[in-house]
Amino acid sequence: METLSYQTFKSQTQSQKTSVVIQEDDTAETFSSQEPLTKQPKILIIIPAYNEEKNIGSVLEDIQKQSLGFPILVINDGSSDNTEKIALEHNAEVISLPYNSGYGVALQTGFLYAVKNNFSIVVQMDSDGQHDPENIKDLLEEIQKENCDVVIGSRFLSAASYKTSLARHAGMWLFGSIASLICGQKVTDPTSGFQALKGRAIQFAASDNYPPDYPDADFIILMNRCGFKIKEVPVTMHASPEKESMHHGHKTIYYVFKMFLSIFVTLLRKSPKR
Amino acid sequence: MPPRIQIISILICVFLVAYVFELVRRKHLSEEYSMGWLITGTLMLILSVSEGALKWVSGLVGATLFTSTLFFFGLLFLMIICLHFSIRISALTKQVRILTQHVGILDHEKKVLEKKINQPPWQTGTSRLEQI
Repeated sequence: METLSYQTFKSQTQSQKTSVVIQEDDTAETFSSQEPLTKQPKILIIIPAYNEEKNIGSVLEDIQKQSLGFPILVINDGSSDNTEKIALEHNAEVISLPYNSGYGVALQTGFLYAVKNNFSIVVQMDSDGQHDPENIKDLLEEIQKENCDVVIGSRFLSAASYKTSLARHAGMWLFGSIASLICGQKVTDPTSGFQALKGRAIQFAASDNYPPDYPDADFIILMNRCGFKIKEVPVTMHASPEKESMHHGHKTIYYVFKMFLSIFVTLLRKSPKR
Repeated sequence: MPPRIQIISILICVFLVAYVFELVRRKHLSEEYSMGWLITGTLMLILSVSEGALKWVSGLVGATLFTSTLFFFGLLFLMIICLHFSIRISALTKQVRILTQHVGILDHEKKVLEKKINQPPWQTGTSRLEQI
């Protein structure tokens, strides 16, 4: 059987109207990196959102402008504003968590939904407009190749420079270096929330192994230890508008401590089964 | 041990054990969590009443003052119980997280089904009974 290239896949999907209704494709299968995607993959875009009424609308519009035709799932993480309403107005599927549970929990809810509905590829991105939807196709192109389970969109591989604080830059470099050293491959952007996952990697992210608060370098290391193939592609990232980063104030100290501890115990633990 | 501190210590231990029993009776405290308090309260009571036992335990831990022995075991108990609660809170947090995720997904599925059911049959091509 012929392996589905992105071009073939794009032409197939472009013929579909830009609909956000969940596809009810029972024939979709989950794929591991060992087997190429020979059927039309069932793709889902997941966007965790917390109090993002100012940005979620434009993010969804930008994705829909790409005419990808994939369902978009917004996980409304207990927002107290109109995030849910705006997402629904933009024809996105919305899962609303009863209270604010944090970025990792919201993201994992999306993976659970993807597993439950047999999606074979999941693209995760942020709701604050930081990620450029034009790069979704780059992630999809890479994830559909053989020997690739996770694709990370790296802001540091892109020609465009990413402006952030020195402390944040230092943190990214530090955890990137640790992840690179342990994984034995270059990891330039371990904190990127712009990723694509395929097949068993989605199931793995939906399992108990997923760090529920900040899934960053520790999860990349864990996936690498479990044999998942991780790749990076250059993406454009804009500085987050309006809102502060989730790693600010006292949370920065917790984040650094948690990440070191999590990486250390990940190395101590036996690698879980894929 | 000075008689005053001994009396205070005995009173506190008796009050603690009695209060824990009362809390269990009123179902404000489960049997599972009362066990640690009852065992500690009883042990502290024994040490407060029996000077021989306190002397023996003080010799065992190398304490020169009997009151230090009581404080030492009191602190040790508090540390153990705090760690136990941290473990329980971690487990409960995880359970609540799983529940939250499932509630969110189920609520979404319910809304999708409701939407399908409320759609007029000519839009779906099937009767409402078939949809259900």
